[in-house]
Amino acid sequence: MTAPDDTLLLIEDLTVSYGAVEAVRGIDLTVRRGEIVTLLGANGAGKSSTLNAIVGLAPRKARRMEFSGSDLQGVPPETVVRRGLTLVPEGRRVFSSLTVDENLMLGGAKHATRGDPAAVKADMLERFPILAERLHQNAGSLSGGEQQMLAIARALMSSPDLLLLDEPSLGLAPQVVDQIFDLIGSLRERGLTILLVEQNVAQSLEIADRGYVLANGRIELQGSAEELRASPEIQDAYLGA
Amino acid sequence: MDIFLQQLLNALSLGGTYALLALGLAVVFSIIGLINFAHGELMTVTGYAICFALIWGLPFPLAVIAGLSVAMVAAFLMERVAFRPVRGASGTTLLLTSFAVSAILRVLFQNLISARPIPVSIPASLSGVLTVGPLHLGMIQLISIIVTLVMLLGLNLFLHRTMAGRAMRAAAEDFAVLRLMGLRANSVVATAFVISGLLAGVAGLLWVAQRGSVDPLMGALPVLKAFIAAIIGGLGSLSGAVAGGFLLGFIEVILQAYLPESLLPYRDAFAILVVIAVLLFRPQGLLARKTLVKL
Repeated sequence: MTAPDDTLLLIEDLTVSYGAVEAVRGIDLTVRRGEIVTLLGANGAGKSSTLNAIVGLAPRKARRMEFSGSDLQGVPPETVVRRGLTLVPEGRRVFSSLTVDENLMLGGAKHATRGDPAAVKADMLERFPILAERLHQNAGSLSGGEQQMLAIARALMSSPDLLLLDEPSLGLAPQVVDQIFDLIGSLRERGLTILLVEQNVAQSLEIADRGYVLANGRIELQGSAEELRASPEIQDAYLGA
Repeated sequence: MDIFLQQLLNALSLGGTYALLALGLAVVFSIIGLINFAHGELMTVTGYAICFALIWGLPFPLAVIAGLSVAMVAAFLMERVAFRPVRGASGTTLLLTSFAVSAILRVLFQNLISARPIPVSIPASLSGVLTVGPLHLGMIQLISIIVTLVMLLGLNLFLHRTMAGRAMRAAAEDFAVLRLMGLRANSVVATAFVISGLLAGVAGLLWVAQRGSVDPLMGALPVLKAFIAAIIGGLGSLSGAVAGGFLLGFIEVILQAYLPESLLPYRDAFAILVVIAVLLFRPQGLLARKTLVKL
């Protein structure tokens, strides 16, 4: 397969194994610049393993794995991030004993950030006013929604080209989930490319351009968001039609 | 009351040394899950470095700087040569590696230097006794307390005011996510080892200053005590390690002072009983790390 010019992430035949257990079994996936692509599937389908493998946090093997034309195989997570690809992990995983400010500072640590850290931070605080209010509070004292915003803001501090979001709506109240999806939409409007892993299929397909459906570590379905919304399998399994 | 105050000062001095050692163990454990039993050998290395620096005619302050530098370099090399190749391996592998490093270093000390204690000439000015009212405090004890407090304050400032310090606190919570901040895992781990080397070096200096000699097994007992202190405080918790160190020092000194003479040989057994009692009520340690998440 030849990557079209606007392909930001290209993955061919990715396998993720934890010992004898194969979590992901030879998937192909592409993300083009400016898109929101969603990875859907039930618990244990291999969605998070795929994201972790892309950033180098999970053991992986692939025939081809490129970001912006550069090979990602064997590249450690810190180098992947410096190249402009970052992950907001499942469960937020903010540094709870550090303040909001310190979390942001680490996100924009000198080595990682590709923009001016002060300007990026000012932009984050303008975009997430609640974080400005809580700047000197420990991250562990924030609500779940606030922690999710912090986790996203912290990832954005490295001025990435591609943001991987792992279950950003997990465990949040419905109105907070709406805010998070609005935020994801607004990030795309600012030119950010997003690969979104979600169990909230309906809302994901509303904001995504394309999607993949994973089951047992394999891609079962793929297509545009409209095609997936219309597919009987998705209707039956996820949209309750 | 005076006796109690006197014992409190003694406890601060002994507990401070335990706290520094336990903190050194905790800094490394919190990041890579390794209980480094070769930490005691870093104390011993410091002792030998100071000893030889003095024999070669260096003034005491320079010998101290040399000793601490050697401890930090030794810790750095220990990580690079022995622990980096097994990083991410099971806890048992890490533990066995640390025992192996400790055993190899002890044999090297015994065969290349001496199996017997070597005297270290501590300046006479440090051997005086300071009397304040009813309290008697050895100069070395006083220096121990001051040095411990300065080290704890310095480490606190480092951890809270510098990016490397913040990275270490973050690494202690979630090392994988710290790597997603673009910070190099190797640098963070190496920094943790160098800091633990400095802490072991300072503890080694205080230990040698109080004993006046250095021998190959010098670090074995203190590191065991530091391990106990770190467990009491909550393994992996930095503030817990400090609290555990001071608590263990306090328990030992109080038992030494107040146990009937016939029971004094069992002092350590009683100290361990107190530790068991603490762990029965708080199995995770006094200040185990916890995450507060409000939904």
